[in-house]
Amino acid sequence: MNFLMSLITNLISGLSLGSIYALIALGYTMVYGIAKMLNFAHGDIIMVGAFAVIVSVTSLGLPPVAAILISVVVCVVLGVAIERIAYKPLREASPLAVLITAIGVSYFLQSLALIIFGSNQYSFPKIMTFSSITLGGLTLNGETLTTLIVTTILMIALSLFIGKTRIGKAMRAVSEDKGAAELMGISVNKTIAVTFAIGSALAAVAGLFYGTTYGFINPYTGAMPGIKAFVAAVFGGIGSIPGAMLGGILLGVIENLSKAYISTELSDAIVFAVLIIVLIVRPIGLLGKKTNEKV
Amino acid sequence: MLQVNNINVYYGKIHAVKDISFHVDSGEIVSLIGANGAGKSTIIHTISGLLRSKTGNIQFLGKDISKTEAHKLVYQGLAHVPEGRRIFLEMTVMENLEMGAYSQGKVNTNDIADVFERFPRLKERQKQIAGTLSGGEQQMLAIGRALMSHPKLLMLDEPSMGLAPLLVEQIFHIIQELNQAGTTVLLVEQNAEMALQIANRAYVLESGHVVLSGTGKELMESDRIRKAYLGG
Repeated sequence: MNFLMSLITNLISGLSLGSIYALIALGYTMVYGIAKMLNFAHGDIIMVGAFAVIVSVTSLGLPPVAAILISVVVCVVLGVAIERIAYKPLREASPLAVLITAIGVSYFLQSLALIIFGSNQYSFPKIMTFSSITLGGLTLNGETLTTLIVTTILMIALSLFIGKTRIGKAMRAVSEDKGAAELMGISVNKTIAVTFAIGSALAAVAGLFYGTTYGFINPYTGAMPGIKAFVAAVFGGIGSIPGAMLGGILLGVIENLSKAYISTELSDAIVFAVLIIVLIVRPIGLLGKKTNEKV
Repeated sequence: MLQVNNINVYYGKIHAVKDISFHVDSGEIVSLIGANGAGKSTIIHTISGLLRSKTGNIQFLGKDISKTEAHKLVYQGLAHVPEGRRIFLEMTVMENLEMGAYSQGKVNTNDIADVFERFPRLKERQKQIAGTLSGGEQQMLAIGRALMSHPKLLMLDEPSMGLAPLLVEQIFHIIQELNQAGTTVLLVEQNAEMALQIANRAYVLESGHVVLSGTGKELMESDRIRKAYLGG
């Protein structure tokens, strides 16, 4: 019985961690689906979002809601600016040039944060305090549950947005055939900008939950969740939105269960080993689609 | 309505379209015919802004559109049904039509009803993913999608490609109907016989040059055309 309780607790905190990865992975996969590029600076947006919360609450003394809004706005503006300044001029360039630029932007953001904040750990303000819930002998952490609920709502909202709205459908059209989308009157450039804005907003929310979960932030904080979310996106099938959600959640669960029952030190190695196995068995990822070769 | 003046278009180093001029008057069906690689599709892509000419200009409804971005042209009344149909294969038939109406802002249900009346098969399959349609149905969807933008000039690139003869007849009949309803048509075709039959006027392209032009009837009777394009 005790084992079952601890398994359920670990599973739920794994789901919660995984849903943070999923939020980040969505940014990777949407940008890949629409702009056909890997935005390796995406992870660092999380760090910027988390610092925006710290500055708003700790230095400016703003209430949590304002801090969250500021963080989202900062990340959206930053994401769109990065696309406009660094990636848009490279629209016709080779994928390798774009990839190297993205890595460059990632280092740029880390170094900028290092100059402004130094290399110290900043403690993340407790802006979300929720009491634990006890359900029949099972104690659930309030923050974990909130993370799970909010990310689930965001993912449902995103799916509805992509599936049902005019802009969401235009995004799918661009991701399938840019030229044909242009002929319909859809501006590919605007659609790409919207995609970066949405991805960055989700990254800001991920930064908030990531900071809350771990309690500390430094300029390199975004790198590891960024890489893991990228792994999650590939795991689920890069370009696929349900794939990013599934990949992120599975990754979080595997990581947490490995930590709890195998070894904390080995948990990352296990996560990446699972990715390698999945890609050997199914190179397009769990929910990935075979790319249509143009005749 | 459309005036193309001295355009030269390159694919990298390949000079695909060489100093071509032609025009389409309001209410006409004009066909561009020629073999594969003659430059027909390149011309249409240049008119829609997906490719650029190094020289000359393109006037549409009195405005120079040679530097207008592709996605803005549909708002001016120019629709392009691309070669190979290029419908959105992962979206439903209905969603494809909605994308066709993107330039209209809101989707007008009357427009959808009009397309369904013209293409009853699309109505039956409106919830289906477009990738599951047959070639003929996909061509109907591509044309229906273009009609959703209320085009003044409809450009069709190889609408007969890969279709059975009966379906080709059907598609060409629909093109004629659309023209009679007031839409001007620019048609690019390898199927010279069909294209000349319905055309008011036509231009014959060979390796990037216009080598002949005239009314559809004149060209069908020309020896050169009969030998080269109509099999005797």
